[in-house]
Amino acid sequence: MLGGMDLPDRTRHLTAIGLLLEPVRRALYDYVCASGREVSRNEAAEAAGVQRTLAAFHLDKLVEAGLLEATFRRLGERRGPGAGRPAKLYRRVPAEVAVSVPARDYQAVAHLLAETVERTGADLELYKSARRAGEVAGQEAAATATGPVEVEGVLAARGYEPYRDGAVLRLRNCPFGSVMRAFPSLVCGMNLALVQGLLTGMGTGHTARMEPAASRCCVAVALGGPSKVYED
Amino acid sequence: MAEPSRYHLAQLNIGRWRVPSSDPAHATSVADFMALLDPINALADRSPGFVWRLQTEDGNSISIRPFHDPDILVNLSVWESLEALRDFVYASRHLDVMRRRREWFERLAEAYVVLWWLPAGTIPTVDDAKRKLELLRLAGPSPAAFTLRQPFPVPDADTLAGNDARV
Repeated sequence: MLGGMDLPDRTRHLTAIGLLLEPVRRALYDYVCASGREVSRNEAAEAAGVQRTLAAFHLDKLVEAGLLEATFRRLGERRGPGAGRPAKLYRRVPAEVAVSVPARDYQAVAHLLAETVERTGADLELYKSARRAGEVAGQEAAATATGPVEVEGVLAARGYEPYRDGAVLRLRNCPFGSVMRAFPSLVCGMNLALVQGLLTGMGTGHTARMEPAASRCCVAVALGGPSKVYED
Repeated sequence: MAEPSRYHLAQLNIGRWRVPSSDPAHATSVADFMALLDPINALADRSPGFVWRLQTEDGNSISIRPFHDPDILVNLSVWESLEALRDFVYASRHLDVMRRRREWFERLAEAYVVLWWLPAGTIPTVDDAKRKLELLRLAGPSPAAFTLRQPFPVPDADTLAGNDARV
């Protein structure tokens, strides 16, 4: 989509983002997102430390604004009369919401550049650039850190939404959205090089490897010493 | 639950060695690819929605030369759906092979991947596949020959019954 959004879309996106200013609503939204799964009103309310009805009010506002989606599911085993109502479960919508002022169309330029890299076969050059950029950013992060540099913090600041899975850091969010979906090999290869560069620049002993899964970023960070690209 | 589709998805992709097979440096340059060949083929075989792939008794298709060029390889396979193919290509260990393709394969100026629908249970021939690639190169993506980036849906019964000579 080239150019800016038309008026109704822009208003809708502005409204949605504006809704996140409210601190309780923001806390509920963040909790649902960080869980990486469906969350019930009761669970979110407890996590945010608010009453259930207030949580429901905010969560439903977020659904109305298109930031969350809701489904109904029976949580327990019982079926039939007397089994109780299905629970309303909330989850982040896959679609992104963004507004910029003045209008910016980074998607258009990213798609064109990716298409050109792919067409000219410049994959390896892109990975080289990404690795260098990662190293520079990693060095900067290490230089500005008050203590030892925190890998999770650096990755979180870049939008990856890292979470621990044993001795591995997994990344819930792919920051490259539609460009990745259009050019998966190229963008995921770029991403691996970028994260590897970051880790090197930060001076950590961690290694990044490809571990694609449908619902998250393709890269995982093995904490600790170097490992093979894949563990069998 | 959707009923099983009456159509499967065939795909052909071709590649030309970056370092020609006649070059003494060839074997070293493709060593990593060769090491990945069996594991990735085995992964395909057990991936959800995998139906069939072209192979010789070596268990792969790298000795097949349908383009009469010693350096052009082909990969021909059939899947139950677009999603099954996409999941294997981009959401499995296969993604890492895609990431590294330029280490082993030259950039090709023309289309090098083509997808098409065929009746479930049909196995495409290499000649079928070559024709589909030619069609894509001439006419761009269409219901008869398309790409993962510009897919077309399963044809309805009327159109395919008309087009298909095998049924």
